[in-house]
Amino acid sequence: MTLTLDPQIPEGPLEDKWDNHKFDLKLVAPNNRRRFEVIVVGTGLAGAAAAATLGELGYNVKVFTYHDSPRRAHSIAAQGGINSAKNYRNDGDSVFRLFYDTIKGGDYRSREANVYRLAQVSLNIIDQCAAQGVPFAREYGGLLDNRSFGGAQVARTFYARGQTGQQLLLGAYQALARQIHLGTVELHNRTEMLDVVVKDGRAVGITTRDLLTGELESHSGHAVLLCTGGYGNVYYLSTNAMACNVTATWRAHRKGAGFANPCYTQIHPTCIPPSDETQSKLTLMSESLRNDGRIWVPKGYEDNRAASEIPEGERDYYLERKYPSFGNLVPRDVASRNAKTVVDEGRGVGPLHNGVYLDFAHAIERHGRSTIEERYGNLFDMYERITGENPYETPMRIYPATHYTMGGLWVDYNLQTTIPGLFALGEANFSDHGANRLGASALMQGLSDGYFVGPSTVAGYLAGWLGTEAVPTDDPAFSESLDETRGRIDSLMNVNGTSSVDHYHRELGKIVWDYCGMSRNEAGLKKALSEIPALREQFWSDVRVPGRADGVNQSLENALRVADFMELAELKVRDALHREESCGGHFREESQTEEGEAKRDDENFSYVAAWEWGGEDIQNDAVLNKEPLSFERVELTQRSYK
Amino acid sequence: MNVLKLTLEVWRQDGPDAAGGFETYAVEIPDDASFLEMLDKVNEELFRAGKEPITFDHDCREGICGTCGVMIDGQAHGPQKGTATCQLHMRQFRSGQTIKIEPWRAAGFPVVKDLMVNRAAFDRIVESGGYITVTTGAAPDANEIPVPKDASDSAMDAAACIGCGACVAACPNSAANLFTAAKMQHLNLLPQGQAERWSRSEAMVEKMEEFFGSCTNHGECQEACPKEISIDFIAMMNRDYAKAKLVNRRRLGERKVG
Repeated sequence: MTLTLDPQIPEGPLEDKWDNHKFDLKLVAPNNRRRFEVIVVGTGLAGAAAAATLGELGYNVKVFTYHDSPRRAHSIAAQGGINSAKNYRNDGDSVFRLFYDTIKGGDYRSREANVYRLAQVSLNIIDQCAAQGVPFAREYGGLLDNRSFGGAQVARTFYARGQTGQQLLLGAYQALARQIHLGTVELHNRTEMLDVVVKDGRAVGITTRDLLTGELESHSGHAVLLCTGGYGNVYYLSTNAMACNVTATWRAHRKGAGFANPCYTQIHPTCIPPSDETQSKLTLMSESLRNDGRIWVPKGYEDNRAASEIPEGERDYYLERKYPSFGNLVPRDVASRNAKTVVDEGRGVGPLHNGVYLDFAHAIERHGRSTIEERYGNLFDMYERITGENPYETPMRIYPATHYTMGGLWVDYNLQTTIPGLFALGEANFSDHGANRLGASALMQGLSDGYFVGPSTVAGYLAGWLGTEAVPTDDPAFSESLDETRGRIDSLMNVNGTSSVDHYHRELGKIVWDYCGMSRNEAGLKKALSEIPALREQFWSDVRVPGRADGVNQSLENALRVADFMELAELKVRDALHREESCGGHFREESQTEEGEAKRDDENFSYVAAWEWGGEDIQNDAVLNKEPLSFERVELTQRSYK
Repeated sequence: MNVLKLTLEVWRQDGPDAAGGFETYAVEIPDDASFLEMLDKVNEELFRAGKEPITFDHDCREGICGTCGVMIDGQAHGPQKGTATCQLHMRQFRSGQTIKIEPWRAAGFPVVKDLMVNRAAFDRIVESGGYITVTTGAAPDANEIPVPKDASDSAMDAAACIGCGACVAACPNSAANLFTAAKMQHLNLLPQGQAERWSRSEAMVEKMEEFFGSCTNHGECQEACPKEISIDFIAMMNRDYAKAKLVNRRRLGERKVG
């Protein structure tokens, strides 16, 4: 069996597709909406926005989060901002330009129609959030302020100090709280989804575990929306929160949902380099810092002098040198790869020579310390708390770290996966960022999917089921899923081996980072494909999960997540091996230009790779399905930020 | 980098109804590790000794999600000002020190297990009125509502609250006034928040009082707050609450007449 990958792109000119489609979609009349049960998993930007909006529309919504409160989802940690083609700056922005920048930034590996819709909807998002009371930065006249961001030559980014994600999420959380209060949405906190229930080929519900009691439960719905984020924690060290995981989407994949482009991961250029082996996660410093900071390393190798002792003439501002028109504001993948190059050459800085400098001395000289403090004060404080160094006096040290995953569940224009009734929103899907995401676009996509796209397209699906009841939870489909989930938990509890879950997670992360990180080659990927299954086998025969399954057990929660990361990792590497071109965040050493830039192969690889679950021997059993990408409105060029 | 040798006294409690008590652990940790990485290390050692690890809430580890938070030597989030537990680094401690680690202590935050508590009361307060009613799609153009920069900046100061609960834990009365005031004033300060200002003020304060103690102006909350939110917002909340009682009563009368 192979997947049917019909992207369902509406007819008509690009500009009219979304409007036409909204007219063509079937509607559910207001008095009928309460007859439908909708399950939303995850309460980040996409999940909270979708649950709130569906509740407002009158559907019966159940929303699930493994956090104690919906407000804690990792969207909250986004710092820099959110893009919108408002053109309030009068600097030549437009919906088409945002669309164009996003397609180009994604290295021509995303769908034109989806990206255009994203750019259109970006206008509504800012309106919605401002009306909710999101305290965006403002000018003295009271109107909204903007800043510029990597990969764009216009200032289209709206922001709330260095806490834009927090403020947008609180806006969505508050809208959700209103619906919970009104009784349209039922909140299930500290509840983790462990399986999708599929009956007769469509999604009819989920299986969850109550993280306080350990109880497994069945929940039934006419549609299931997965808004569960990305899989960056497959690397162990990343900027993701500790609990971020792939389980929801991976379980959906095992039940028949295509998993698209798992090799596309974004490595963010400005994170604090790791300091020692106790490091549990990496901290991002907002990309907005690149607006005023200058990136450099010493010209010499293994230079142990302090930054202040290195004279101007012995510094290499390598991004400004190589990319004069974009300079320090080149897209993330380009900035990251260049940092890796100079560190690999032996020109890294810091005690472990594992970073590059981000220097604010010139900016402080030009604008004064108080301006820099106003712009980045909280980031500077955060940096000092973590490293013990004062960035007003010594340059920051930064290095790339995994940050975002462009790959995810394959979805059509309606955000529906290959399982009817199962939708994926936000980072959980693959749809809009191609092979590389531009800064300030993740928040935009999460909210676009959650507030505007999902609620419309899900209604189009539900309309076809009017008059039917949700499948009752005593149906065999639910009990089979419960049994399977219980079996998985029991097996993990019963291994009773010697090593901790974290040990295996760390080992897995090392393999994936070394061979499928910022730069990849055939030999390395093949090596990873031999090491990952061996590690997975060892995990299942040697892990030990302390405590009991019938109560709070953080080790067990983690074990279930790491077990799924083991499988995803193998598919990710398999995907990276098959894609013999370089594009965006996927850099294959075999495919580069003479100048060392990523070289696409449009003739052979201009498609979305949607993998179908084939069996436990993932690298051999997974079936590749291709959705060809065609471009009507943009001309494919080799990206250049020179 | 220095390695610190520390003695920890950690609160262990098996469940909400179980009796709890302190257990003592020794740990060696580099001073550039974070406080939670220190707890990770203790947990690895407990694991190796065949014991159950310490349960504690945490997630983003960059001071923004508000999931983490413990009492460290009687101080919510520990000794460093304006710092959540996850961002506290071990260079704030000295080798040889004994550190006492407890969960938030407040009737409104019952202990779930070990250092983990239930803060659902905060969600109930927000649900009672901590929002602006604007259905998706109903918003006017964002620049049609100018907001004076000062109002916007003050609203942002309040909105920076991460909902961690340190204010409640630090308060001798276990009052949640700083949290509630921050959530309320973020919205009450903005033009968008005016239509529901008085109903919001009354509802949120009264919901808060169902769970938490009363404020007697100790000011411990603002000292403990990892986002350094000012108790001035509590004064604003008190003013709005008092006024709301009058306004809402008048409105009730208006409705009856109309």
